[in-house]
Amino acid sequence: MAELTYRDAVIRGIAQEMQRDEDVVFLGEDVAKAGGVFKATVGLYEKFGPLRVRDTPISEQAILGAAMGAAMTGLKPIAEIMFSDFFAVCFDYIANEFPKSRYMTNGQTKCPLVVRTGNGAGSRFGAQHSQSVENWCMMIPGLKVVAPSSPVDVIGLLAASVRDPDPVIFLEHKSLYATKGEVPDGEILDKLGTAKILRPGKDATILALALMVPRALAAAEKLAAEHGIDCEVIDVRSLVPLDTQTILSSVAKTHRAFSVEENPRLCGWGAEIMSIIADEAFYDLDGPLVRITTPHCPLPSADILEDAILPSVDRIADRVRKTLQA
Amino acid sequence: MSKKPVTSTALNDDIGEDKRLELYRLQVVIREAEQRAYDLFLQNLVKGTSHLSLGQEAVAAGFAGAMKKGDLSFCTYRGHAHTLARGVPIEKVLGELMGRDNGLMRGKGGSMHLTSEEHGVMGSYAIIGAHLPIACGAAWRAQYKKQDDVSVCFFGDGTTNIGAFHEALNFAAVWKLPVVFVCENNLYMEYTPIGDVTAVPSPAGDRASAYGLEKIVIDGNDADAVYRAAQTAYDKARSGKGPSLIECLTYRYSGHSRADPAKYRPEGELERWKQRDPIKIYKERLKQFGISDDQIAKIDAEVKQEVDEATEKCKASPTPPLEILTTDVYADGGFAWRN
Repeated sequence: MAELTYRDAVIRGIAQEMQRDEDVVFLGEDVAKAGGVFKATVGLYEKFGPLRVRDTPISEQAILGAAMGAAMTGLKPIAEIMFSDFFAVCFDYIANEFPKSRYMTNGQTKCPLVVRTGNGAGSRFGAQHSQSVENWCMMIPGLKVVAPSSPVDVIGLLAASVRDPDPVIFLEHKSLYATKGEVPDGEILDKLGTAKILRPGKDATILALALMVPRALAAAEKLAAEHGIDCEVIDVRSLVPLDTQTILSSVAKTHRAFSVEENPRLCGWGAEIMSIIADEAFYDLDGPLVRITTPHCPLPSADILEDAILPSVDRIADRVRKTLQA
Repeated sequence: MSKKPVTSTALNDDIGEDKRLELYRLQVVIREAEQRAYDLFLQNLVKGTSHLSLGQEAVAAGFAGAMKKGDLSFCTYRGHAHTLARGVPIEKVLGELMGRDNGLMRGKGGSMHLTSEEHGVMGSYAIIGAHLPIACGAAWRAQYKKQDDVSVCFFGDGTTNIGAFHEALNFAAVWKLPVVFVCENNLYMEYTPIGDVTAVPSPAGDRASAYGLEKIVIDGNDADAVYRAAQTAYDKARSGKGPSLIECLTYRYSGHSRADPAKYRPEGELERWKQRDPIKIYKERLKQFGISDDQIAKIDAEVKQEVDEATEKCKASPTPPLEILTTDVYADGGFAWRN
């Protein structure tokens, strides 16, 4: 057992899989010699050499296209797109190519690859380097979408993503890179499509993802300490496949559900989950389903503005308390 | 008319009789199958859209004819020709166009996505430019695993103006990938003359130097010229010397797609190109090398019969069962996204 940063967990996760399987190769901008702009790939080039860890030009379409061609023909590539906002310049691969090739070819074409990307706000980078784009990916049949919140989950879910036969979008949260957590020694392998109950509770279920997970946990502690409200906090972790059973079981127990989403409000991931709860657990509910999201607005740059626009611990706690006490 | 005696030695130039007959047959297969696809469309038996390669047969035949087993083809939505040229059965292609269960992908892909991995046809891509980077990736795998196959990527003149073309060319050149980029310059990007929207006269050839590549522009209506250019490029790729970009000058007899009557063409242009019809040119070539009219007629008749038989099989084939509607979305064979 060792304490590891989320950033170092990325390095360890990639290294674990490259060590295990020679077909795992890694490409992206500044990922090799420079070790990544977020320093989340330091040492991999030195360890695995220039044939397996490759710097690319600033060519996001070439990066994802090459990853796909390699995956179709026998490799298991990990491709990095530096900022998830840049998905918009290579979205053809994410929306049209990776996810549809197997279906269109009646099962002939395989596409076992992972796209890692720095997602989310908190770095004061403004509207085009801070977005949470998990909902862009979640809506596309054929993709899997994962967003870990802790170092141990980074390793285990990254390993599961690399070993998965389908294309996986792996969203690393930029504001979590410096956070730390306990990580066991040895190989770590988790399972896609599994949510985790991080704090059991009886009064309300709070669903959260990535950076919103520590905030939801802190809000739950505040609600317990200040108002005696006992919240169950679920880290959704994997949007596709989605662990609806864990979520529905929790709602059956607490009779209340909240989502805490960093993506802007319209068509955010919580909307889909809330609609599932409304369809399948309506009679378990004692009150409205409530989504706590970033508003339908681009992200500002100034620290005071950015902090104000994202769901905060206080905002989460407030909204849960007011809803339960209404 | 006196006929020269047919001997293999008389035909033993760099291409040879067997290969020439193969190249001829491939062109006729493409011509007849494409014409049949058009006829079936007029009978409302081919639905959706289709993009024919009538007039461009020599490009597909020459490049496929020079490939080895294991080489990979990446095609566009105008991909029937390249698919047939790799030996995919005509029935499977027509069946897919007709939305029948005997189609190459049982009707799940359609005309624009013909794929047969067992024949090395790694997909037909309907988003302009998308498959150039994908071909780079397949070539990267060959380079990484020290395998000697070449990835060959076909596209039209219009593709040279999209970003993915330039990203892929640079990427392939920097990584020295065993990939061959083949531009079929048929003079029109969809409905607009390519010259009206491109800064240089040779849309692919004049871009080559930007990526440290040789400018190669060939007669795309002469299957021998295509075959030789392909061989040179494949040899270069296999010997680790990196990519090639080849522009083939050719002409599309039909419109861009079935919806396009191609009324934008200047008068006489189509007729001029038809005088340089690839099949006409190649028939003359065969005769120069002593192949008899009878031999040629026999190939023509055999291919026509193959296309007729394929057509009948497709007409008799059932439509796909609804059970396949949601299969193969994910690798587990289904489309489940939740528990």
